[in-house]
Amino acid sequence: MKLEDPRTIRLLWIVSLVVLALLVAADGLVEHHPHFGIDGSFGFHAWYGFAVCAAMVLVSKFVVGLLLKRRDTYYDD
Amino acid sequence: MIDAAGLPPPGLILILGGLLLPLLRGAGPAVALALPLLTLAAIWTLPGDLSVTMPFMGDYTLTVLSWQPATAVFATIFALMAFGGALFAHPITGLASERGKRWQVELPAAFVYAGSAICVTFAGDILSLFIFWELMAVGSTVVVWSAGTRESARAGLRYALVHLVGGVVLMAGILAHVFALQSQGVADPLALSHFGFGAAGFDALSFGAGQAAPWLILIGVLVNAAAPPLGSWLADTYPEASESGTVFLSAFTTKTAVYVLMLLFAGTELLVYVGLAMAVYGIVYAILENDMRRILAYSIVNQVGFMVCGIGIGTAMALNGAAAHAFAHIIYKALLLMSAGSVLYMTGKRKCTDLGGLYHSMPITMICGIVGALAISSFPLTSGFVTKSMINQAAADQHHALAWFVLTAASAGVFLHAGIKFPWFVFFQKDSGLRPPDPPWNMRAAMIFFAVLCVGLGIPGVYGPLYAILPYPAAAGETLYVPYTGAHVLSQLQLLLFSGLAFFVLLPVLKRTLTITIDADWFYRRMFPALWKHLLRPVFAALGELRDGILGGIPDDVKRIVYSAPRENSMFQEWGLGGAMLTITAILFVSLMLSFA
Repeated sequence: MKLEDPRTIRLLWIVSLVVLALLVAADGLVEHHPHFGIDGSFGFHAWYGFAVCAAMVLVSKFVVGLLLKRRDTYYDD
Repeated sequence: MIDAAGLPPPGLILILGGLLLPLLRGAGPAVALALPLLTLAAIWTLPGDLSVTMPFMGDYTLTVLSWQPATAVFATIFALMAFGGALFAHPITGLASERGKRWQVELPAAFVYAGSAICVTFAGDILSLFIFWELMAVGSTVVVWSAGTRESARAGLRYALVHLVGGVVLMAGILAHVFALQSQGVADPLALSHFGFGAAGFDALSFGAGQAAPWLILIGVLVNAAAPPLGSWLADTYPEASESGTVFLSAFTTKTAVYVLMLLFAGTELLVYVGLAMAVYGIVYAILENDMRRILAYSIVNQVGFMVCGIGIGTAMALNGAAAHAFAHIIYKALLLMSAGSVLYMTGKRKCTDLGGLYHSMPITMICGIVGALAISSFPLTSGFVTKSMINQAAADQHHALAWFVLTAASAGVFLHAGIKFPWFVFFQKDSGLRPPDPPWNMRAAMIFFAVLCVGLGIPGVYGPLYAILPYPAAAGETLYVPYTGAHVLSQLQLLLFSGLAFFVLLPVLKRTLTITIDADWFYRRMFPALWKHLLRPVFAALGELRDGILGGIPDDVKRIVYSAPRENSMFQEWGLGGAMLTITAILFVSLMLSFA
C-alpha cells in the first residue's frame, strides 16, 4: 500500500472523516466546564479550530501575503 | 542560607570547558559530550539555599550563584539541551574533515552560549545577569558565523548588531535604575529584588523623567524574546547557521529572555498582548514561508508568545505553565530542527518546493520529526499537552477572554503551521525523487533521545518530576494541575484534528511558492541602505567635491596623512572565524577576570 496511490488517499480521507465525526459526537459524553459561555456550545473546539485555521490561512495568503510577499531572491544583491 | 565565596557557578564548567575543547585535539569530541552532563550534575548537587558572592569594585558585591524560583527548571533544560546539541553536532567524520573543522569553532561557541545562559539563570544580581546575557550574544554570533558561508557571515553580522543595540538599551535601563536607587540611598542597588517591576511597577509607570528605566529594560529583554517588531533577527539569522548550529540557537536566547521576563516582569499586563501578538505573528509568517528551517524559526516566536502571555497573566498557574512550556519547547523545537537539519545535511536542500517524499528513505528522521510536530501541537501523550494547557487554564481562571480565545486559536494554528506543514511538505507532499538515507548514528541518537523525552514527558505519572521543579510547586498533599481529564483530551483532539482538516481542505491555497515575506528586518536590510545610497551618499559626495576643492591646493603627501581612502569589502575579510574566536576568548577572559578579581 503506497501513500501515493489514489485508493490509499481515498481510504485515508474516509477514515479521517469518520474519526472527526466520532470526535464531535463524543462531545455529548463528557462534561465541559465552560468559562465564557460559547466555549460550552456543542462541538465548540471542532468548529472553532476549523474556522480560525481557515481564517488564518486565508488572511495570511490573501492579505499579508499580497502585501509583503517577495521573490526569495529579494535580498540577494 | 549557605554563603560560599569563590565557588564558580555551574555554567562556567561549560564556558571554560568549551573554550578548552579545541586544545584537547582527539579527546575533544568525547569531552564535549561529558561537559554538559557534568554541568547538569553540578546543578543538581548544589544545595538549594546556596548563595555565592564576590566583591566587585570595592563597594559592591556580585551574587554569581543563587537560586531563583525558576532557576531549577531553566538551568536543567539548558544543560540537557547542551548535551543533545553536542551529540547531534558530534564530528564523526573526524576533526580534519570540513565538518570537524567547523565543529572546533561551533562547539566551543555553543558551549560559551549555553553556559552563559545557565549563568543567567543563577545570577543573583542584575550586573551578573547582564554580563552573562551579553556573553550569550557573543557565543551565539560565533555559532552563526561558524557555518562559514557568505550568508551566515552577513546574517551573523546583522544578528550581532541587533543584539548590540538590544544590549545597550538594556544596560541603559539598568544604569538608570541603579543611579535612581543610589540617589534614594539604597545600599544594594544591584540586588534583583529592586528590579522586580512586575504588575505594580508598571501600573505606576509613566513616561516622565526617571521612569524610563523599566521600559528600557523591558525593551532590551523583548529584543531577545523576539517580540515583533524587535524580533525579525530570529527568522533572519537562525536558518543561516549550520544544521547543528540552528539546533543550539533555537534553545537559549529566547528562553533566557522568558526566564528574565518571569524574574522581572511577572504580572505585567502589557506582556499578555505582546505574547498574543507573537503567537499570531508566528503562525501567519510560518504559513507563508517556504524554507523549512524558517518555518520552524517563526514557530519559535509563536511558542514563546504563549510563554510571554503566561508571564503577563502572572498567576502561579500561568508562571508554572510558562516555565514548564519553556522546558518542553526546548526539547521538541530542538527535535524538529534536528529533523530538518538531518534533511538539510543529507540532501543539501532547505526549501519545501525542492523537498517531498522523503518518508521513503528517511524513516527515523520522519518519525522523530512527527513526534516533535505532535509535541509542539500539544497532542495528548506528548510533552506539550501537559505544559501549554496550564497557560490556557490560567487565562480561563482569570476570565481573560481575549487571551483565552486567541491562545486557543493559536493552539489550533500551531498544528496547522508546524504540526502538519513541516512533516507534510518535507516527508510527504510530492515525490521529489530524493532518496537519501537517514543521517549518521550520532544525529539519529540525538533525535531518538529527544523524541523519547517528548513522549515521556506527556505520559501520565512520568511528568511528575517536571511539575516538581516548577517555580511554584504544589503544597504538600495538593495537586499542581491535572492535564488528563476527559473534557481536556477531547477538546484538544477536536481542536487539532479539525485544524488538520482545514489544512487539507485549503491545501491548494497553501501550495509553496518561491517567496519570502517582508519582515521588520526590511528596515535595516533595505530602507537604511537605500537611504544611504540614494540620499546621504549623494549629499556627502557633493560635500566631498567642495572639500576636494578646498583641500586640492594642499600637496598630495600631506593629503595622504590626513585622508586614507576607504577600502571596499574589508569587513568580512578581517572578521574571519579566527578573528571571531580570538575576540570571544578575549572578551570572555576580561569579563571573567573582572568578576573574579
